[in-house]
Amino acid sequence: MALLEVDDLSVTFARRGQRTVRAVDGVSFSVDAGEVVGLVGESGCGKSVTSMAIMGLLPRQPGTRIGGKAVFDGTDLLGLDDRARRDIRGRDVAMIFQDPLSSLNPVIPIGLQVTEVLARHRGMKGDAARKEAAGLLDRVGIPDPNRRLKEYPHQLSGGMRQRALIAMAVACRPRLLIADEPTTALDVTIQAQILELLKELVHDSGTALVMITHDLGVVAGMCDSINVLYAGRVVETARRRPLFREPRHPYTAGLLGSVPRLDSGRGEPLNPIPGSVRDVLSWSEGCAFAPRCSRRVDACLDETPPLVRTHDGRSYRCVDPVPLPGAIPAQAGPADQPGASSPDPNEEKTRD
Amino acid sequence: MTDNDILVEVRDLKVHFPIKRGVLFDRTIGHVKAVDGVDLRIPRGQTYGLVGESGCGKSTLGRALLQLTPPTGGEVVFDDVELTTLPPARLRAMRRRMQMIFQDPMSSLDPRQNVESILTEGLQTHGIGGNRDERRAIIGEALDKVGLPRWALSRYPHEFSGGQRQRIGIARAVVLGPELIVADEPVSALDVSIQAQVVNLLDELQESLGLTYLVIAHDLAVVRHISDIVGVMYLGALVEEAPSDRLYTEPLHPYTRALMSAVPVPDPDVEDRRERILLAGDLPSPANPPAGCRFHTRCPWAQPTRCADERPVLRDIGGSRVACHWAERIASGELRPRHAGVGVTQASDGAAAPA
Repeated sequence: MALLEVDDLSVTFARRGQRTVRAVDGVSFSVDAGEVVGLVGESGCGKSVTSMAIMGLLPRQPGTRIGGKAVFDGTDLLGLDDRARRDIRGRDVAMIFQDPLSSLNPVIPIGLQVTEVLARHRGMKGDAARKEAAGLLDRVGIPDPNRRLKEYPHQLSGGMRQRALIAMAVACRPRLLIADEPTTALDVTIQAQILELLKELVHDSGTALVMITHDLGVVAGMCDSINVLYAGRVVETARRRPLFREPRHPYTAGLLGSVPRLDSGRGEPLNPIPGSVRDVLSWSEGCAFAPRCSRRVDACLDETPPLVRTHDGRSYRCVDPVPLPGAIPAQAGPADQPGASSPDPNEEKTRD
Repeated sequence: MTDNDILVEVRDLKVHFPIKRGVLFDRTIGHVKAVDGVDLRIPRGQTYGLVGESGCGKSTLGRALLQLTPPTGGEVVFDDVELTTLPPARLRAMRRRMQMIFQDPMSSLDPRQNVESILTEGLQTHGIGGNRDERRAIIGEALDKVGLPRWALSRYPHEFSGGQRQRIGIARAVVLGPELIVADEPVSALDVSIQAQVVNLLDELQESLGLTYLVIAHDLAVVRHISDIVGVMYLGALVEEAPSDRLYTEPLHPYTRALMSAVPVPDPDVEDRRERILLAGDLPSPANPPAGCRFHTRCPWAQPTRCADERPVLRDIGGSRVACHWAERIASGELRPRHAGVGVTQASDGAAAPA
């Protein structure tokens, strides 16, 4: 059994006088111990809300509804009361946020913020806690940790703050670490440092890592398996290599086609996905991606596309997936007709 | 390339910001040398890409080029006119020919102005179009160019998505018929799928209107995609400048190499094979930059001689301009990067590739 099993998670925000928002709409994925799993998608796809729901960090308001399950090592995190959840959070499951400046308390020295975790979960106090905290800062690569412990967040650089946050997250050797865009606010050279550090931590301690990001490049270098989200649902799940080599869902393929790559030449036109994330259909009416999809067929607008599982452990939510290279279109003749013709203009574009 | 092909020439441009301290009287106690002696030329109709990490001075350089931030020293020559000594009235007239696109379209568009008003403002300032109808026609054309519908005119910025807002920002620049557009992080606030739309739009506009771009960005992949020439900045100075393809296939400066190796590529095979040069530490403070080569404190190839006490100048090496004393010997592999402390790590297969 997987370490974390998220099953049919849904989050809706309802407010009087406004449209009810289904931010997360039946998301399921699982994370094994020691595995790095990516949640990828653009803004508004529900990736952060998913992580907040799992961590129990969503504000408790009457209009907020969380459904489904998130079973961590046998216990459903969503069903826990506050006290039990606080015991698990920070000790077994920890989180790293995007913006380290707003997730650190600006008026408390770094040292106190790190030792707080140690005191709460490991009962460490005084010198022992300080020593452990210095050790943690050292482990995440902060030079001169004893001096840094006395400093305030504003005295640290962005990369250093993110390291301090990581030190706090790994203080109790959690079994699951959720990182929500951990490097988005950082420069590339610092990003490389932080990603390398996360890789090391996962490798050394066997911690499972859920990486939430919009950056396909980060995912390509880190994740074992990847879930692509669109409009609150997982539209494709695959292992790293198959996903990048043979994306099946048109959205995944579209994302890959629209990213400029460092190793491609000047002026090769990109193939953007038309429209914007605002042009979504609600999943109950059909495929949410259909309004922007180049492979759209009539069936897309009739009903929610079912999740198709293939024998090689992948799954996608599409009635007319991108064919595998070399594969002969096997089933559903009429559906293949428009599908077979649509990739051609794309290919011509890349050759121009 | 002959001289009259050059639209913009920047000579020894300096922008220093004073650091002041004091209760009653401000004393200047130092300077942040945001831009410290940059020379560059942008050929007409081409794109110059400026990359570097935050705090390297790339945005300040862009603003100083347009005289939005007064330079402390140096010259900016735009189409044979020296801008830094130009009287304000003549400078304002020149501004029609050089426009800017900003990073965050939400904060660079006035939320209380509708699109028509946003686009008309520049026309009125420069006295283009005699009456409202004429101006409407000009605006309409600009909207067509950037792919926005006509009904957008009566709408306000908040009614648009991020990508559309950036199109409004581009329309505002294009409507005046400029020759040069300085684009400061034009796509970094946008979603991946929208980025590509805007990048393509910039390319199309360049082709149809013959625009010259200075694109400032931290995303090397975007810059490579859009630029003909790329300049890499570090702590207020150019460390390398080369034609785009050459820079990416053959980076010569150690900093460029480190930057390239740090950019994630969305391809697992490339990611697993590549050698990462991890730089130690952070960017030093531009108020107190290291003596000698400014990169020597983080450089994996730093040598005991020269690097710490002699500031390297940009010199020509086979078509690139590089500011490194040892560029040739690093390129030939004669000098090896230091392993201790900095460490060149091979992306480990163990961490990343289970079956």
